[in-house]
Amino acid sequence: MMEMVLDVLSWIAIVGGLFFMLVGTVGILRMPDVYTRLHAAGMTDTMGAGLLLLGMGLQSVIGILDGDGQVYWFVLFRLVFVYAFLLFTSPIATHAVARAALHGGLEPYRAPVEAGD
Amino acid sequence: MFIATTAGILIAMTLAMVRAILGPTVYDRVLAVNAFGTKTVLLIAALGFLTGRPEFLDLAIVYALINFIGTIAVLKFFEYGDLGRERRDEVAAE
Repeated sequence: MMEMVLDVLSWIAIVGGLFFMLVGTVGILRMPDVYTRLHAAGMTDTMGAGLLLLGMGLQSVIGILDGDGQVYWFVLFRLVFVYAFLLFTSPIATHAVARAALHGGLEPYRAPVEAGD
Repeated sequence: MFIATTAGILIAMTLAMVRAILGPTVYDRVLAVNAFGTKTVLLIAALGFLTGRPEFLDLAIVYALINFIGTIAVLKFFEYGDLGRERRDEVAAE
């Protein structure tokens, strides 16, 4: 019973993560310039990766409950490690891209001024 | 079910690669390659669960490290045209 609940929760998390990942990537494709694309990429890194890793973590909790603790405790530890690492590095990389683009003289995209203004 | 996860991540990677190829400026390309790297980390993790060998996560950790350092190095190179010079020197010179 417990394992079935965990299984359903983990698949909900994984499907949600896939949704955020695909939406963020479509955003990277369709947004007009670097600064707006960074916004979409940030969502991929936080919600997409976070929910996918949460789903995989729940799967490894199921593995632990199945009595395969020897392997899956280490898997869980590594998943937490990957998540913590992404949590620290993805804002730094995003900030670095934005600063390099500004430093390189790239003008942020603005909405075109309407004739009436 | 992990097959669906892997397929979804692969589709997202393809879209990110399209932006990396199209991207008008170098920053678009770096951004897309960074997003591609993050997705690769998740792809390796999902493949580990798919094949029943979750020890693959070690590779995912190493890939995350290399991806981050590579992104920062490329950006620093394009910002200053040099990997060794420090920002402090430039600020002092101004």
